[in-house]
Amino acid sequence: MAEIVPLADAVRELVHDGDAVALEGFTHLIPHAAGHEVIRQQRRELTLVRMTPDVIYDQLIGMGCARKLVFSWGGNPGVGSLHRLRDAVEHDWPEPLELEEHSHAGMAAAYSAGASGFPFGVVRGYKGTDLAERTRVAWISCPFTGEQVAAVPAIRPDVGIIHAQQADEAGNVQLWGISGVQKEVVLASSRSIVTVEEIVSRLEPRPGSVYLPGWAVTAVSEVPGGARPSYAHGYYARDNAFYVGWDEISRDRAGFQGWMARHVLEREASPA
Amino acid sequence: MTQVEALTHTADEMMAVAAARRLRNGTVCFVGIGLPSEAANLARATHAPECVLIYESGTIGAKPVHLPLSIGDSELAETADAVVSVPEIFGYWLQGGRIDVGFLGAAQIDRYGNLNSTVIGDYEHPKVRLPGAGGAPEIAAWCGETFVMLRHTPRAFVEQLDFRTTGGAGVTCVVTDLGVLEPRADGELELTELHPGVTVEQTLDATSWQLRVSPDLRRGAPPQAEELQALRALKPNDDLEGRP
Repeated sequence: MAEIVPLADAVRELVHDGDAVALEGFTHLIPHAAGHEVIRQQRRELTLVRMTPDVIYDQLIGMGCARKLVFSWGGNPGVGSLHRLRDAVEHDWPEPLELEEHSHAGMAAAYSAGASGFPFGVVRGYKGTDLAERTRVAWISCPFTGEQVAAVPAIRPDVGIIHAQQADEAGNVQLWGISGVQKEVVLASSRSIVTVEEIVSRLEPRPGSVYLPGWAVTAVSEVPGGARPSYAHGYYARDNAFYVGWDEISRDRAGFQGWMARHVLEREASPA
Repeated sequence: MTQVEALTHTADEMMAVAAARRLRNGTVCFVGIGLPSEAANLARATHAPECVLIYESGTIGAKPVHLPLSIGDSELAETADAVVSVPEIFGYWLQGGRIDVGFLGAAQIDRYGNLNSTVIGDYEHPKVRLPGAGGAPEIAAWCGETFVMLRHTPRAFVEQLDFRTTGGAGVTCVVTDLGVLEPRADGELELTELHPGVTVEQTLDATSWQLRVSPDLRRGAPPQAEELQALRALKPNDDLEGRP
């Protein structure tokens, strides 16, 4: 059964140096507050896993938390490059960053396999690309038809972290709107942390929502606004101006460090 | 907007209009963010209201009134016929072969329509690290056909890609700010259409390989007032300039 704990405690107990940690949320419900807590607790040597590393991964990488990045698209959506990610890859600053890159379809299949306990996922892809040589993929034949398909090894992070709209007091979680791979990452990971906008006495079932029973989640933390500047459908909108502004904030090292000191390091973790 | 105002348009607007015109009404279209999203939404706002727009965030049949900044803006979810998970959109819908047109951008393209969105320079020691593959390899492989949009420069239209992120076999047209390229029978792209006011020489100069010119080279029509009006209405308060 999920324990309901303050976010700082959840991160302290469940995220260790050297872990493979996946913070997911496809544009929507990105767990920014949890990422900030990982930065404040100065976790190191992490393998960061995420389909679409954007601002929160730029921050984790720029603050020296990561050794390796497993991803399929790394950018500031609709804006441009991630300067901290690029600096790490192009100039080894603040640390060298090993890359393992996939396509979206490959990574989605790898998460689904992880959630299902399968050793690998199957994709009709990677043919005719240089990506196949740079990622973990093997060609196999269908045992029934002989069709050649790509096998991608299951992703099984040590810790999966997501943000959701609501949980109840038993730690059952409900989220709705764009749901990305959030269900898959929680079920694929050995341990999981779900931050939520609010803890309610009773979850109202919503058609089309994703429901994660408390017995499938390790820890739940109440963090209102925990996805900002990403958004929480039904609670607050995406702060598009911030994403545009991040391009300037993150462009040079000193400016980035100053911003992180003021907005992340010197701020307490949210209460609750 | 008057007809006179409509005569003034940017090269990017011409590119969006030319790409939008190629989408037939009723097409099911997998849309990348940026220029492709602009063109697909313009098509839906003008001659192709029944176009089904699918974004990789899992939104099927999205009908945004304004252009989204990201592929997962809430307006896409709020206006969609259905919102499904990412494994489902790439599995059942894309690799399941249910999408007519994939609409992609890229940093580099070669004469066969192969695309690079991974690195400029050597992979291990890149000059510029680009975002990476995203959905592109499977979009290009499993949509019925693929449209590509990118600005026409010698650095983008290259003899040799620095990295092949996406295979070009399914590419049926490349719309640029100068004109349109389409593959010949042997798969090599040739110039088939020029935008108003653009010369063949300009296009050859902007291409690093020896670009072939179709014997049936067409001249595209300038944007109509209705097209420009609809395009500009998609981004009414463009205080987020900086979007590509």
